[in-house]
Amino acid sequence: MEPTYEAFEDDAALELPSEPMRLNMGPAHPAVHGTIRMVLDLDGETVQNVDVQPGYLHRGFEKSCERGTWAQVFPYTDRLNYCSPMLNNVGFALAVEKLLDIEVPERAQYYRVILGELARITDHMICNGAGAMELGAFTPFLWLLKVRDWVWDVLERETGSRMTHSFGRIGGMAAPPTETFAEDVTDLLEQVEKVTIETEALLLRNRIFVDRMQDVGILSKELALSMGATGPVLRSTGVDYDVRKAHPYMVYDRFDFEVPIGHKGDTYDRFLVRMEEIRQSVSIIRQALEQMPTDGPVNVDDPRIVLPEKREVYNTIEGTIAHFKLVMEGLKPPKGEVYGYTEGANGELGFFIVSDGSGTPYRVRVRPPCWFNLQGVRSMVMGGMLADIIPTFGSINMIGGECDR
Amino acid sequence: MSKKVLDRLKKELGDTILETSNFRGDDTAWVAPKDWVKVATFLRDDDALQMDHFIDLTAVDYPEREPDDARFDVLLSVRSAGKNHRLRLKTKVEAGADLATLTGVWAGADWAEREVYDMFGIKFSDHPDLRRILLYEEFEGHPLLKDYPIERTQPLVPYRDVEDIAKLPPFGLDEGQPFARVDWKERLAGNDAQVSPSLGVDAGQLRNISDSQIAESEHSDMLQTLAGSPAPAPGEG
Repeated sequence: MEPTYEAFEDDAALELPSEPMRLNMGPAHPAVHGTIRMVLDLDGETVQNVDVQPGYLHRGFEKSCERGTWAQVFPYTDRLNYCSPMLNNVGFALAVEKLLDIEVPERAQYYRVILGELARITDHMICNGAGAMELGAFTPFLWLLKVRDWVWDVLERETGSRMTHSFGRIGGMAAPPTETFAEDVTDLLEQVEKVTIETEALLLRNRIFVDRMQDVGILSKELALSMGATGPVLRSTGVDYDVRKAHPYMVYDRFDFEVPIGHKGDTYDRFLVRMEEIRQSVSIIRQALEQMPTDGPVNVDDPRIVLPEKREVYNTIEGTIAHFKLVMEGLKPPKGEVYGYTEGANGELGFFIVSDGSGTPYRVRVRPPCWFNLQGVRSMVMGGMLADIIPTFGSINMIGGECDR
Repeated sequence: MSKKVLDRLKKELGDTILETSNFRGDDTAWVAPKDWVKVATFLRDDDALQMDHFIDLTAVDYPEREPDDARFDVLLSVRSAGKNHRLRLKTKVEAGADLATLTGVWAGADWAEREVYDMFGIKFSDHPDLRRILLYEEFEGHPLLKDYPIERTQPLVPYRDVEDIAKLPPFGLDEGQPFARVDWKERLAGNDAQVSPSLGVDAGQLRNISDSQIAESEHSDMLQTLAGSPAPAPGEG
């Protein structure tokens, strides 16, 4: 015979005695992209407490920077946020250029903007695509990755490498744009726009997706600011802080673009903000292609900063000496410290650099946007359900290489 | 715009601000370590400044400054979301000295201070949870110190003692499943040890080995090693 509940005097008697369960999530959890460990205290499925433990991808970026020349930092910056390496290259180059007090030629600035915005598009695609995939929507992920691959094809044609470009240089770029650059990018943008619409059509009216995203992982405006959140995570809470608008660098003040913001700060807002930013990046690239000078140098004309052309190195004594000095000693910025900051794909990407006047950086501190965004995860998931950690964490877009350095 | 911040600071706080500078457009103000929290709170709460957006907190090591001057610079970057201005606040901390925590002023200082502690060994007094964050707790030294050689290797760390670890896998000799693929034909034929050694013991296919027997055995080393992994070969008993 089945037991009847009336037999018990009160509901409390039905409750089984329970104590919080400690669950280890990560560091290699299949549904979490990024190596991170979360130690959870669970009451049933409710998260009572969580200790987020980053650091599994720590490889001493800042220490490694202190033993080469300034130019040798570029390959390391590629590996910070490896979803958008071009933005890191440009961010570091701009910081050193701020210390040197130089400005690169206009053509290089537009070139940097276009390549950087392409990198931002791929980064947002990966974040939103993977976020949807973790909720079971595999198709948009594949569609977005397909187009991201085409973006990478263009980047490969320009830089020679799909992912770790090391293409930025202090004082310009490694090479001028290829002849078909404008054409390639224009063709690409159509595909990007198309896949954005397709992805939204597939997801935003999907009840399961919306239910899993809305009102999940809410971060308040005040806490986000106080936590140091930047980028889409901060903008989803309703703060219109975008370094490109607030402190325009390079030629960003010449473009007409919007800064999308959310109003609730939940996972759904973060998804929408990223989707809209892809569109804004497309618009910026179109304007930049129109305004970009078709010829001209992409490097400053200063042999103390930029490597001479190979032809000069082999044929003139000045070129040989300049090359030798730059390679063996490195360029020597003046003594001092500056903080150069740009809008990375995840927020304010800052490089705090200290020079003692020698050819080796005295200190390179990167302010990783993920690090501070990730710090907010604890308050986002506390009190929520265990399963909601997956979309919340996905929408932070924590990139191990950048977060753990 | 930017000059206003430094002017305001100097006007309101007077001698507390030791020095100001503006190099390449970065506003910087120096304070003494004892005024660190006071000035930070002022930055956040003052109506004209409203520095509510925490940006960064880090340190720089200058060992050659010792013993005349303090070894570390600690830097704080903050900005105002409403007014869109920013400031770098700096202080000098001596080796071995504590600095008061800013976690009560901006919540974001929590991880940043843990990182500075991890990398430089600077302790923040009254920090709620000052642990290493990027490195593991057994790490020796603080890697971003200038006297930490980059090629230094760290010792191997033994397994940590965790409470109630006995409740977690790996299993004892008589527990758990074998780590190999189960042959289901064997299983259907009644070889229960294929699925679980403990079932095998129940079915009389395996011998139950106790810890004392392991210690007495002449192959105790091998058996001890096995005790960390699943069962011995089935059909032993």
